[in-house]
Amino acid sequence: MVTARLNAGERSPWNARFWTGFVLSGLVLGLLVPLLNRWVAPDSPFAVPDYLVPLLGKYLCYAILALSLDLVWGYAGILSLGHGAFFALGGYCMGMYLMRQIGTRGVYGNAALPDFMVFLQYKELPWFWWGFDHFAYAAAMIMLVPGVFAFVFGWLAFRSRVTGVYLSIITQAMTYALWLAFFRNDMGFGGNNGLTDYKDILGWDVHLPETRLGLYLATVIGLGIAYLLCRFITVSKLGRVLLALRDAESRVRFLGYSTTHAKLFVFTVSAVLAGIAGALYVPQVGIINPSEFSPGNSIEVAIWVSVGGRGTLVGAAIGAVLVNLAKTWLTTAAPEIWLFFLGGLFVLTTLVFPRGIVGVFRQLPWPRRRPGAPLPIEAPIAAEKRI
Amino acid sequence: MKILQGTCRAALFAVALFGATGIASAQTQGTIKIGVLHSLSGTMAISETTLKDTILMMVDDINKKGGLLGKKVEAVVVDPASNWPLFAEKARDLIAKEKVAAVFGCWTSVSRKSVLPVFEELNGLLFYPVQYEGEESSRNVFYTGAAPNQQAIPAVEYLMGEEGGGAKRWVLEGTDYVYPRTTNKILEAFLKSKGVAADDIKINYTPFGYSDWQTEVAAIKQFAAAGKKTAVVSTINGDANVPFYKELSNAGIKASEIPVVAFSVGEEELAGIDTKNLVGHLAAWNYFESVKNPTNDGFIKQWHDFIKNPKRVTNDPMEAHYIGFKMWAQAVRQAGTTDVDAVRQAMYGQKVPAPSGFTAIMNTNHHLSKPVMIGEIRPDGQFDVVWQTKQAIKADAWSPYLPEDKGKIADWTYPWVCGNCVAAKYTD
Amino acid sequence: MPVVEFRGAEEWVPAFAGTTVKSIVHLFRLGLLALFLFAAPLSAWADGLSEAIAGLGGDSFAAKEKAVIALAKSGEPRAALILQALAGDRLRKAPDGRVVIIDTGRGSAKLTDAATGQPVADLAPEGLDRIIVNNRLRGAIEAALGTLTLFSPDREARLGAAQDALRHHSADTVALLEKSLAAEQDSEIRAAMQRSLAASQLFAGSKEERLAAIRTLGSATDPQVKNLLDEFRYTANIDPDLYKAAGDALAAIDSRLRWIGIGANLFQGISLGSVLLLAAIGLAITFGVMGVINMAHGEMIMTGAYVAFVVQQLFRAFLPPDLLDAYLLVAVPVAFLFAGLLGVLLERCLIRFLYGRPLETLLATWGVSLILQQAVRSMFGSPNKEVANPSWMTGGFDVVGGFMVTWNRLYIIVFCFVVLGALALILNRTRFGLHMRAVTQNRDMAAAMGIPTARVDALTFGLGSGIAGMAGVALSQIGNVSPNLGTLYIVDSFMVVVFGGVGNLMGTLVGALSLGIVNKLLEPYAGAILGKIAVLVAIILFIQRRPRGLFALKGRAADAEA
Repeated sequence: MVTARLNAGERSPWNARFWTGFVLSGLVLGLLVPLLNRWVAPDSPFAVPDYLVPLLGKYLCYAILALSLDLVWGYAGILSLGHGAFFALGGYCMGMYLMRQIGTRGVYGNAALPDFMVFLQYKELPWFWWGFDHFAYAAAMIMLVPGVFAFVFGWLAFRSRVTGVYLSIITQAMTYALWLAFFRNDMGFGGNNGLTDYKDILGWDVHLPETRLGLYLATVIGLGIAYLLCRFITVSKLGRVLLALRDAESRVRFLGYSTTHAKLFVFTVSAVLAGIAGALYVPQVGIINPSEFSPGNSIEVAIWVSVGGRGTLVGAAIGAVLVNLAKTWLTTAAPEIWLFFLGGLFVLTTLVFPRGIVGVFRQLPWPRRRPGAPLPIEAPIAAEKRI
Repeated sequence: MKILQGTCRAALFAVALFGATGIASAQTQGTIKIGVLHSLSGTMAISETTLKDTILMMVDDINKKGGLLGKKVEAVVVDPASNWPLFAEKARDLIAKEKVAAVFGCWTSVSRKSVLPVFEELNGLLFYPVQYEGEESSRNVFYTGAAPNQQAIPAVEYLMGEEGGGAKRWVLEGTDYVYPRTTNKILEAFLKSKGVAADDIKINYTPFGYSDWQTEVAAIKQFAAAGKKTAVVSTINGDANVPFYKELSNAGIKASEIPVVAFSVGEEELAGIDTKNLVGHLAAWNYFESVKNPTNDGFIKQWHDFIKNPKRVTNDPMEAHYIGFKMWAQAVRQAGTTDVDAVRQAMYGQKVPAPSGFTAIMNTNHHLSKPVMIGEIRPDGQFDVVWQTKQAIKADAWSPYLPEDKGKIADWTYPWVCGNCVAAKYTD
Repeated sequence: MPVVEFRGAEEWVPAFAGTTVKSIVHLFRLGLLALFLFAAPLSAWADGLSEAIAGLGGDSFAAKEKAVIALAKSGEPRAALILQALAGDRLRKAPDGRVVIIDTGRGSAKLTDAATGQPVADLAPEGLDRIIVNNRLRGAIEAALGTLTLFSPDREARLGAAQDALRHHSADTVALLEKSLAAEQDSEIRAAMQRSLAASQLFAGSKEERLAAIRTLGSATDPQVKNLLDEFRYTANIDPDLYKAAGDALAAIDSRLRWIGIGANLFQGISLGSVLLLAAIGLAITFGVMGVINMAHGEMIMTGAYVAFVVQQLFRAFLPPDLLDAYLLVAVPVAFLFAGLLGVLLERCLIRFLYGRPLETLLATWGVSLILQQAVRSMFGSPNKEVANPSWMTGGFDVVGGFMVTWNRLYIIVFCFVVLGALALILNRTRFGLHMRAVTQNRDMAAAMGIPTARVDALTFGLGSGIAGMAGVALSQIGNVSPNLGTLYIVDSFMVVVFGGVGNLMGTLVGALSLGIVNKLLEPYAGAILGKIAVLVAIILFIQRRPRGLFALKGRAADAEA
C-alpha cells in the first residue's frame, strides 16, 4: 500500500502550514525557554530553573535520536535495534574531546594522558585518541565514526538482502558486541566508568548555566536541522522510493531501483544524525559510558518512535520527549511502581493507539484536512506481513 | 484554521512539556529533606533497595525520637534505575529542585563518578556507603564504606599468615571495572612486596553478570594444582557471584584446600545462595551481622521491626548507612543548621558507636576509621568472625602501594584543605 | 615403633603438612599414629579427655586446635563423635563451661554432654554459644578424623589419601606407601598409590628406580604429575638420560592433557549450548513458528525460576526433609503450567490483537516484560532468591585428569534434550502439532479446513511460554534467581534463533550448540569477553552469507516472511 501521492494536485510539502508549525515550535523551544530561564525571576511560577535546562536539552537529544530512527524505520522499514550504538559512538567522540580538554586538572594531573590511562599504566596516548584535542577533528569524527560504521554494516547487510527481523536482530548483535567491547578496560575508553568529569567545552566551563543554555540552544538548532533534513529526504523522490521499498521491496527492485543504495544512503544519514545527537547529549549529562550501548536502550528508542507515531517524524520527536518526561516524573513521583506505569503505557499505546500520539491527533475532530494535504505517511499496518 | 491547528499542537506540546516539570514540590515548612538515591529497578536493584529501606528506617527512627532541630526529617526517594546518566539527573533534581540537606546514595563506582560533578557544582552532600577503590576524596562526599586498606590488604595478610593457611599462590578474580582493577593493582603490588613471584599471581577479569564459570573454575583448579597453597581473592560483583559460587561448590573446591575470600559478598548476597557447600570460604568487611554487642542487637531488632520480616539480614553497607546517617544527624545538631558548609565542618571527628562494636570516627579525609573483620561462611548463610583488628583502622584515600599516589594527601582541614594535593593549600 | 614410619607420617597427613607449626604437626602425628595405625587406646591419656573437651570451648583457635589434637591423642571412641560434631557446627558451650553436642533432627533439639555422653536436661538450646571453627581447624579435624588416612576403611578416603601423597612426595613416604600398597586390593587405589610411590622414588631412588618411576608417571593424566616432572627436570645436576626420559614422559602427558583439555572445553561448550538452547526453544516456537517477537520471553524464564523457588519453600515448610530433594521434579511441571497459562493469558489479552504487526508486538511485550519484572520485584523483593541444588544434583565427578563434570550441568544437558525431543514429538506426531504446522504454513487455508486457528495460536503461545518456564527451573540450578534473570538471556536467545534459522527446531538445536561450543573453545585463548564478541561478530557476518540463518525455510513460505 503505497500512500505517497504523485498526482498533480498535490500540495507542496513545504507549505505555509508546515512552516508555521516549524517556526512556532522553534520559537517556543529556542526563544521562550531561554527567556523564561534568564529573564524571569527564579521564584516566578513561569521560570525555567537552571537545573531544567540540561534536562530539556537531554530530551531534545533523544528527540534527534528518535528522528533518526524514524527515518529508517518509519520510511524505509529498517527497524534498527542498534541505533543506540551510533548515538553512543558519537557520544564517545565528544567525550574524548572533552577528556582532552581536562589537561592537568585531572586527579593525577597528567597533561598527556586522561586519568584512567594513568591508572591503567598506559605509557602514551593510544593512536585512536590522537587529534581529539581539536574540536574540528572531534566534530568530524562525531559524524564520520558512526557514519562509516553504519555504511560498512549497512553495505554488508543490505547487499545480501538481510531484511525484517533478521536485520533487527543483527543490529542488536552489533550493539551488544560493542557494549561488551566498551566494557573492557583494555579497550582504552575507560571501561565501565566511561568518560566523565569534564571541565571545558570550547573554552567554556561546562558547569556554567550560560554554557548549559548554549548547549541547549545548539541542541534546538540541531533538532531543527535534523528535522528539516529528514523531511527533505522523505518528501523527495528518494523518500518515495524508500516508502515503496518499505511496503514491497521486491517490486521496487523489479522496477529497476537500486534498493541497496537507497537503504544504505538513508541508513548512513540516520547513523550520522544519531551520532550528532549523542555528541550533544554527552556534555549536557556529563558522562558517557558503555551502558548507552545496551540493547535495552536501543529498544527503548523504537518505543519512543512507536509511542509518538511511526513514520511521522514529528511524532518520533514528541514520543521521545514525552516518554522521557514521563520517566523523569515517575521515577521521582512513584519510584517503587513507575515501571508498572511505563510498561502499561507501552501496552496501551500499541493496543489503543497503534498509530501513536500523532495518529490520535490526526483523528481528533478538529478542522479536517482537505484532500491533498502533505504526505499522510502513516505506517501501513497491513504491509508488515505475518511471518 | 491551519494555523490554529498548528498552534494548537504546539501549545499542547508546550503544556505537556512544562506541565510535569511545573509540579513543584510543596515546600512544607518545618521539615528537613534528605535525598535517597538508590536504584530500585534495573540490575543494581538487587543490592540497592535494601539501602533505601535502611535510610527510611533511620528517618523513621529519628522522627519517632522527636526529629532533628525540632523538625521532622523527610526522605525524598527517587529511582535512578541503574542508569548512570539518570543518577546525575536525579542528583541535580534532588539538590536543585527538592533542596535536600544531604543525599544518601549510590552503589557502583560509575554512579558515584556520574553524580560527583553535580555535587561539587551545587555544593551538595553525599553519603556513599559502599566499599570502593579509593583514589578519591571529594569535598562534597563522605565515604562511609571501606577503602582498600580497610578490606583487601588485611584479608590477604590473613590468608598469608599461619591462621589463614599460609597461602603462597594467588588468583585475583574480578569483574572488569574500576573497583576490582584498583584493588587487584594494589594487591599485586602488596603481594610482590611480600616476595610473591609474578608466576604465582593469576589475574582474571570477567564482564558484569557473567554466568558461565566452568572454564574459569577449571582454570583456578589447574592453577592450584601446582603444589603450593593457593587462595582466591574475589572482587566479583553482584549478579555474577551466584553462578560463581554454585560452580565452585559443585566443582568440589573446598575452603580448606582453596579458600576464596570475597570483598563484595555479604549476608545479603549469601541469602540468595545455598551455602551448605561453601562453608569456610571467606569475606572481609567492617561489620558482620553475627557480631555480638548491644548496639548490633539493637540495630538488627530495629531493622526487623521496620521491615516486618525477621528473616531479613543486615550487612556492611547497611551498617555504613547507619553510621553515616547518625553522624550526619549529630553534625546537624552540632552545627544547629543543615547548611552544607556548616555540617561539613561539624562532621570532622564525629563519633558514632557502630554495630560492629567499635566507635566509628569521621576523619578529615572524609573517610571513616573502622575495624576490619574476616568472616568464614557458615551453613546458615551467616559469617563467623575468625579474625579482626584490635582497633579501628583509618581509611587511606590514596594508597601507599600505588606509585601514582605517591605523596598525595587528603585532608580537608587547615592548612591542607584539599582532597588530592602534595602541598598544603595555605602556608604561613 | 619404627622411626621411619614416624617421620613418614608427616607426608601422609597432607592437610596438616601444609601448615607451618612444626611442633603441633609433630604432636598431632603422634596422636594419629596412635589412633589409626595401632588403635591402642592408652588409658593414661583418657584422663586428659575432659580437659581437652573443655579446651574446645576455648577462646582462641590455637587453644581449640590444641584440644583437637589432645582429643585425637586420647584415642577415646567418643573423640571421633565430638570432632564430627565440631566439624558439623553441632558443638555448643554452656555458660558454666560445659561443652554439649546439640542434635536438631526432627522435633526439639537434643543435648548431650560431650564429656560424659549423658543427655543434658538442665540447659536450653537458646542459652548456648556456638563453638566456631576456621579453615585451619577444619583441616585439622578432617585429618584427625582419619578421612585422609591410607588405612581408613573408607574407600574414598583411602583414594584421596593415595592421591594426596603425590603432592607431598619425599623419601620418607616410600616405606609407608609400600606398606599400604601391599595391603590394598582396590585397583584404582593401587594405581594411585603406585603413582605416588613413583613420585617419591623420583627424587630418592637409584637411577634405575628413577627411570622406572618416570615410566610409571608418564602414563598418568594428572596436571600434578606434570608439575612434578617439570620440577624434577629442573633439579640441579640431573643425569642426561633421566632428563630425556622425563622430557618424553612430559610430552606424552602434555599431549594427553591437551586432548583432555579440548574434551573438557567441548563439554563446557555443550553445557553452555544446552543452556542457550533451553532459553531459546520457547522463543523458537513463539518467534519462529508464530512470528511474534516476544520480548517478555525472558520474563517467562524468570517466572519459571521463581516457581522453582516457591515450590522449594513449600517443600521446606510442609513436607519432611527427606522429600526435599524431590522438589525439582514437582517444580518442572508446575513451572510449565504456570508459565504456559501466563502465556495463554498474554496471547488472549494482548498478542492476538497484534498479529501481523510483529514489530509492534515487540513494543507491547517489552511493556509486559517491564510489568512482570516489577511485579516479581514487588512480590518477592529485589535481592536474589536462594534455590538449592537437590543433593542428587550437587557436586560432580572427575572424569580424567582434572576434567570435572558437575551433576547439575549434566542433568541440564539431559533435560534439554528430553524437552527438545518431546517438543519434536508434539510437533510431528500429535494432532495439535499438525494443526500448529498447518497454521504456520497457511493460516487461511488451515482455517478453511476447520482448524480452530485462534485456539491453536493460544496453545502454541502457551507451549512456548511453558517451555520457557521449564527452562527457568533449569537455570535456577546454575545461576541466580532475581527479577533481572530474563534480561540476561533474552538477547542470546534471539541470536540463537536467528542464527539457526527462524521456524526450525533443528536450526535452533544446531545454532545453540555451535554457539556454545565455539564460545567455549575460544574462551581459553581469547578470554571470556573477547570470545563472546568474536561469536557475535561471526553471527553478524554469517547472516550476511545466509540471510535466513543456518536452516532457512525454502520456497514460498520463505518469501512470505519478508
